[in-house]
Amino acid sequence: MLGSMTAAIEIDHLEVIRGGRTILEELSLEVEAGSVTGLLGPSGSGKTTLMRAIVGVQIVKSGGVTVLGLPAGSPPLRARVGYVTQAPSVYLDLTVRENLAYFAQVLGAHSKRIDQALKIVGLSEFDRRVVRTLSGGELSRASLATALLGEPELLVLDEPTVGLDPLLRRDLWQTFRALAADGTTLLVSSHVMEEAERCDRLLLMRDGELLADETPSSLRERTGCERLDDAFLALVETR
Amino acid sequence: MSRRITLATALRVLRQLRRDPRTLALVFLVPPMLITLFRYVFNGQSTTFDRVGGPMVGIFPFSTMFVVTSIAMLRERTTGTLERLMSMPLAKLDLLLGYGIAFAAVATAQASITSAVAFGLLGLDVQGAVWVVVLLAVANAVLGMSLGLFVSAFARSEFQAVQFMPAVVFPQILLCGLIVPRDRMEHVLHVVSYALPLTWAYDALAHAVRGGSNGIVVRDALIVVGLTAAALTLAATTLRRRTG
Repeated sequence: MLGSMTAAIEIDHLEVIRGGRTILEELSLEVEAGSVTGLLGPSGSGKTTLMRAIVGVQIVKSGGVTVLGLPAGSPPLRARVGYVTQAPSVYLDLTVRENLAYFAQVLGAHSKRIDQALKIVGLSEFDRRVVRTLSGGELSRASLATALLGEPELLVLDEPTVGLDPLLRRDLWQTFRALAADGTTLLVSSHVMEEAERCDRLLLMRDGELLADETPSSLRERTGCERLDDAFLALVETR
Repeated sequence: MSRRITLATALRVLRQLRRDPRTLALVFLVPPMLITLFRYVFNGQSTTFDRVGGPMVGIFPFSTMFVVTSIAMLRERTTGTLERLMSMPLAKLDLLLGYGIAFAAVATAQASITSAVAFGLLGLDVQGAVWVVVLLAVANAVLGMSLGLFVSAFARSEFQAVQFMPAVVFPQILLCGLIVPRDRMEHVLHVVSYALPLTWAYDALAHAVRGGSNGIVVRDALIVVGLTAAALTLAATTLRRRTG
């Protein structure tokens, strides 16, 4: 993290209302390019809404969201930003490979990317399986593989490790680190605090507000807590 | 829009259908079964069978594709694949045309099978050319598909989507002239029937079957194509890049 920070995501006084409720209010933050940023907070804190706004699929009331230098959701970004929703969004009645082949065509990705993406998520052996027959963890990895096809510059991942065993979770985090080392920016939401440890920077949210925007070590220092779990609780309670 | 993405979408939709052999069997076997049933219900009244049977060959694909597409598109919405596609470099038209190509292919097979049974085995007598009936059947399938894509936006569950069949398709079948000639209907119903897509689809079929004026068949077919374009435009407005 040398030199001046180049922001992959810039959010300026963002306000989002969903179903008559204000979900995000006056939210401003920046996410550094080539980093892994953890978006943490209890469910209902606005993590998914924030991610949807960054990807450009969320109707926002006011404020600016700039992604890779362009307004979020603008057409050139559709090939440069990968988004994986919390619920796996793949075709259940197609095989893993058929799903990836279709999305590769839509993204204009080379077909050799299919095998690479399968390898990254550890599904190479499962490519001929119909998605409906996969386990929960395999299903979410199939959905993740789809987002890797286009070699996006920004990957927005909503709870990608839910339902995965510790081994797979570790492998996936290694993958995320490797992608970041190659220059990909990752924004990963989670409500598992141990995953916060693996991030360069943390965004802690509660009730649509940003409680912290700092590195894991500075969060520890500021709160005097060794465990990030405790640090988060300390922040929530002293508010 | 892109030809690559449109064709990939058509292929993907066909692959999904292939994975569901029971639905395909229903799509291909129910129409010939019903037309056979019809033939024997009207046993001894061959003129009625000849009058109604021909147009029915072309109307089945309309209702089948309506219900199949409205559920297929509803699934795209509820499983999040539509949102994923909308966040990718895919034009709305790619998706709509992809569906159109896939279901037109299925409709061609369906109408051919139904025609073979009706004209070959059951001795359905038509004055016009059979290929015109099949072609109109395919056009009607694409019309039904377009309406299905549009109304799927108003269904939150598959239960609701299925109910659009009696709500949207049945009134059109009653008013299109198949059951009662339109000029014998109540004035208000007659006027309403002009606004319904299936009226024009039926009218084209009825003329084609009778070997009537080619001019009218072409005019009606063009109206069907225009209404299909209108329905697709409406369907495109329901595909949102951003949602609340």
